[in-house]
Amino acid sequence: MLAAGDPLFADGVDLTVVLIVIAKTVVVFGAMLVSVLLLIWFERKLVADMQARIGPNRAGKFGVLQTLADGIKLFFKEDFLPTQADRRVYRLAPYLATVPAFLSFAIVPIGGTVTIAGHQTRLQLADPPVGILFLLAMSSIAVYGVMLAGWSSGSKYPLLGAVRGSAQMVSYEAALGLSTVAVVLVTGSLLTSDIVAGQSGEGLFGIIPNWNVLRLGFIPFVVFFIAGTAESNRPPFDLVEAEQELVGGFHTEYSALRFALFFLAEFMNTITISAIMVTLFLGGPSGPGPDSGLIGALLPVFWFLLKVFAMLCVFVWLRATLPRFRYDRLMDLGWKKLIPLSLAWLLIQAAFLVDVKWGIVVFTGAAVMGVLLWRAMEVGHGATEHEAPAPPKFQEVR
Amino acid sequence: MYLNQFLFLAAFLFCVGVYGVLARKNAVLVLMSIELILNAVNINLVAFGLFRESVAGQVFALFVIAVAAAEVGVGLAIVILIYRNRHSIDLTEVDMMKG
Amino acid sequence: MVAQNIVFGVLAVAMGLAAIRVVTTKNVVHAALYLVVVLAGVAALYILLAAEFIAVVQVIIYIGAIVLLILFGTMLTRAPIGRASDLDNDQRWLGVVVALLLLGVMGSVLADAFGSTKLPKAPQIQRTGDVGLSIFQTYVVPFEVVSVLLLAALVGAVVIARRD
Repeated sequence: MLAAGDPLFADGVDLTVVLIVIAKTVVVFGAMLVSVLLLIWFERKLVADMQARIGPNRAGKFGVLQTLADGIKLFFKEDFLPTQADRRVYRLAPYLATVPAFLSFAIVPIGGTVTIAGHQTRLQLADPPVGILFLLAMSSIAVYGVMLAGWSSGSKYPLLGAVRGSAQMVSYEAALGLSTVAVVLVTGSLLTSDIVAGQSGEGLFGIIPNWNVLRLGFIPFVVFFIAGTAESNRPPFDLVEAEQELVGGFHTEYSALRFALFFLAEFMNTITISAIMVTLFLGGPSGPGPDSGLIGALLPVFWFLLKVFAMLCVFVWLRATLPRFRYDRLMDLGWKKLIPLSLAWLLIQAAFLVDVKWGIVVFTGAAVMGVLLWRAMEVGHGATEHEAPAPPKFQEVR
Repeated sequence: MYLNQFLFLAAFLFCVGVYGVLARKNAVLVLMSIELILNAVNINLVAFGLFRESVAGQVFALFVIAVAAAEVGVGLAIVILIYRNRHSIDLTEVDMMKG
Repeated sequence: MVAQNIVFGVLAVAMGLAAIRVVTTKNVVHAALYLVVVLAGVAALYILLAAEFIAVVQVIIYIGAIVLLILFGTMLTRAPIGRASDLDNDQRWLGVVVALLLLGVMGSVLADAFGSTKLPKAPQIQRTGDVGLSIFQTYVVPFEVVSVLLLAALVGAVVIARRD
């Protein structure tokens, strides 16, 4: 059931097969941990460069061991339990945040098919028949980590951060799902391996790749990117931890290893969402190069890592550039812009899949409706703005 | 696997849900008990769907899930309204219309 | 087959205990978490029943939206940490009697009707595609009705809960 499309399970399960699965899991988990360490260092260094600072430069060459040092420090710190906390839930919450972040990486195809010890296998941990829906399921479980951490701390700021954060994550999950549906619509399959296979091959003029980001028009990709950033609570959507307003947000009370777990989860989420974006929109491991031999097996992995790295750079860039959203603006963006936009685009796409004629008709209709809706919102906004009381004036000091 | 093992489990969940609806007076807990009942029904639908080798069971389970989502949305809106007006979600106190 | 029965047994025990905790625990948030355990168990049962699409939908909608909304509601209406004393009303024993009676009646009817009926050994696995086709062909009218219902619920919830 777990790996429907993987040729590994084609002729029954024996000891070698089990060992291969375990080996793949261990390797991917280890690689994730190492890349989280490197990503944290990379992010601090790049943000520092963009802000004309130096950044970490003490531990190791260029400070590359800084995260490891921080991790060791956190490991040996006292694990502090607030007296007001709900003990069991407080202990459980960090794991609820970390585990889904890793699990949703399992459906990402890292490379093509390779042969290990006489067994053909895909470089992908799991290829469940429900495919990409698994990502949505995991991201909905990840909300629990934030929410329960905030509630169980038994203190005000974490609770505020948790309520904010979970409302944000639930809202943006809708936009995330809708933009995923656009991909599923053109692929005709939920399997991530099929989604990648559908994007391989030559596109227009033999040079432009056949990636979903181009095939779907940029809108689903942009929506997915924004929603994914909000889903993983990255800046500019990091309202859960908004230091200036909420002290530290949902993990204010956490310390030592449990705090490190939240940190790990956040950066794992960043990597996972980049990898998912590469899979859904940027062709996954596909790229130019020979198909056979050792190079044929390793080159897709290289392309995949390169694309993920490019996405990660964009994430870091955003963090260094954009200020945090105000909460009402965030909800406006999610509910009034992203969701209607992705719904309309989905409709247009479906119509184009049926017939170009229908596509043009629906596109025109959607455009007219969109303009009307936008105008209605403007009018409504203007009306409420008039009703709102004038902002309090500062009293003059005499 | 016997069909009955699923049906018995569903019946048990259903009865626990019924007890919850009757015995709880916190509105949110009553909503949760209703979810237990709906899930019991869903298990039955899917189990019978497999038994009859028909896809209808799953389709109706989906409909039940959608209706449950609608129910919880409106239910919680009402709960929040009651809380805002009375600062309590005790169902035994919401008896203004009792003669 | 044996493995499936063991899995079912473990799931059934866990779900039963968690369900009882949902209706007896003294803390609203804990009740919601036990409800999550029950719902996850139901999702696992769907996988046992070869209905993987429903299983994922169960996780996304029930665990990821409905219970989360309930938790949200509890936190907005103040959920104190620790035990609350007044969650049950004075009909508890009546509730126990009714639930046991209902269980007895349903149990005997089920035992009578499907005493030793077995599920098909190698069931036709109903793929997501089949479910989708069925929704949009045979059951398209109920589907549209449900979507209108959801829209009505959305508007209704906003109207009820808005402050003015």
